[in-house]
Amino acid sequence: MNDDKAPVLEVRGLTAEFVSVRAGVRRAVRAVDGVSFEIARGEILALAGESGCGKTVTALSILRLVPLPGRISGGSIHFEGRDLAALDEDELRRIRGSRIGFVFQEPMTALNPVFTVGDQIAEVLEVHGVARGAAARARAVELLDAVRIPEPARRARDYPHQLSGGMRQRVLIAAAIACRPALVIADEPTTALDATVQAEILDLLVSMRGEFGLSLLLITHDLGIVARVADCAAVMYAGRIVETGPARVVLASPRHPYTRGLLASLPGSKPGRRLEAIPGAVPDLASLPPGCAFAPRCPERFAACEASRPDAFTVSPGHAARCFLYGGAA
Amino acid sequence: MAMVEVAGLVKVFERRRVPWGRPSLIRAVDRVSFTIDEGETFGLVGESGSGKTTTARCLLRLIEPTAGSFSFRGEQVFGLPAARLRALRRDMQMIFQDPGSSLNPRMTAGAIVEEGLVIHGLGSPSDRRARVRELFELTGLDAADAGRYPREFSGGQRQRIGIARALALGPAFLIADEPVSALDVSVQAQVVNLLMDLQQRLGLTLLLVAHDLRLVRHVCSRVAVMYRGRIVETGSAGAVLDTPVHPYTRALVSHWGQV
Repeated sequence: MNDDKAPVLEVRGLTAEFVSVRAGVRRAVRAVDGVSFEIARGEILALAGESGCGKTVTALSILRLVPLPGRISGGSIHFEGRDLAALDEDELRRIRGSRIGFVFQEPMTALNPVFTVGDQIAEVLEVHGVARGAAARARAVELLDAVRIPEPARRARDYPHQLSGGMRQRVLIAAAIACRPALVIADEPTTALDATVQAEILDLLVSMRGEFGLSLLLITHDLGIVARVADCAAVMYAGRIVETGPARVVLASPRHPYTRGLLASLPGSKPGRRLEAIPGAVPDLASLPPGCAFAPRCPERFAACEASRPDAFTVSPGHAARCFLYGGAA
Repeated sequence: MAMVEVAGLVKVFERRRVPWGRPSLIRAVDRVSFTIDEGETFGLVGESGSGKTTTARCLLRLIEPTAGSFSFRGEQVFGLPAARLRALRRDMQMIFQDPGSSLNPRMTAGAIVEEGLVIHGLGSPSDRRARVRELFELTGLDAADAGRYPREFSGGQRQRIGIARALALGPAFLIADEPVSALDVSVQAQVVNLLMDLQQRLGLTLLLVAHDLRLVRHVCSRVAVMYRGRIVETGSAGAVLDTPVHPYTRALVSHWGQV
């Protein structure tokens, strides 16, 4: 709360590796490779990409929750001015769920089946010393009301299995915002839900930003969701961010061939016609090519692409693409 | 006459909270009727739980329908004796959603594609191997990979194996249940193109079960929208999805219109 201009979250050069030992040979696979981005106060940043591109590991890295054998091997994560990478476990625990809320993809597995949803929200408040006992339970009911759950006092006494998927996701959002966090990280929050329910949950997340003044890091594979809610977008491919910029600009005039290909391959424009498919498949992170990871599938590749990895080049103010088409290729 | 005529299809599941308790009845599919002409691509759209997959599975009698009729080229499929049903399945095949779990991990890709030919006793071993090579090429796979196991293939290639398997017996009618929803986004278009190509080249009649309205609009000539076990709206893909009438279809379309 010191400086309103400073970003809430600033990630620089984040690298996360998964180490495996096979036949006595130690191999490190970089799931996240030099990822940098920042989120301003009240901003919604969408981190978009396909499965395996490193978007979830990036999100988990911020809270240092990467599961073993994964580890953060480089970079800094500044949140409200503090480097999360340097904090000890106790300090981190005070931030997780309190200053940074987390909404997971699968609301059934993220909730404990043997406690009522009201108790689970109250627990968040008690653990972080915000409220206890009857006060915490009363606050839990207010939070259920805030996420637009009808009859919140009655619903607070329900167990997770008594609620629909959309209602459970609302409960998770209520728990995530319970301690009035500065940042909420939502990992595919609507992927497990039906289309009509998805829309409601997305609208809710956007309105939470306004009502609680929080910033949102939204992890998604769905460019439609990026278009619908995000202020800024970062597109990931094979562990790296390949394009960043204002969401509207990135989607309306994509510059990286991967982003372009992804948008062009969506069905819609001309029924019955062949789709403009991207050839090939997502690369195996354990055997990436020496140059740009997208080069083998890229229709615009040239010699430089296979020789070295491109930096991010600015293509217009606030819009950058990690591609030699925009500079650097001698 | 339409190739596929489904009339009044009903599937009721019984659920018991305890094994000795009274069953509660769930109408997963409720009086569903539609027809598909030869060579047509028909889309069955709906959200999870709407009954679209149950409908598809009832047609092949992978689950037994409770009531209704299904005539395929004029022959009643429901009530057919097992031997005749098995023969008829050469003409009706299914592509499943998740190629990761629908392919036997202990069989090679070649053996998976060949299995139907073996079961139906078609051709000599060398004929079958030639047919498998042909199917691999037809679906854009490398015939040299026939000895590999499913886990050695990418998701998109695995779905190609699933498609080759479904085509092995030369079916006229193909049911594709969410054929691309489990695939990486950048690979989905390849598989959609393959399905459209094959449909044209082989003159297939296709029933596409999907939740993705954009995909259905792109691929299908006619669609039916399912909601809570019933078809709530049906017609040409353009009419239903561009100018929906039923409130549920409108809600779906407005969601997909915004994404």
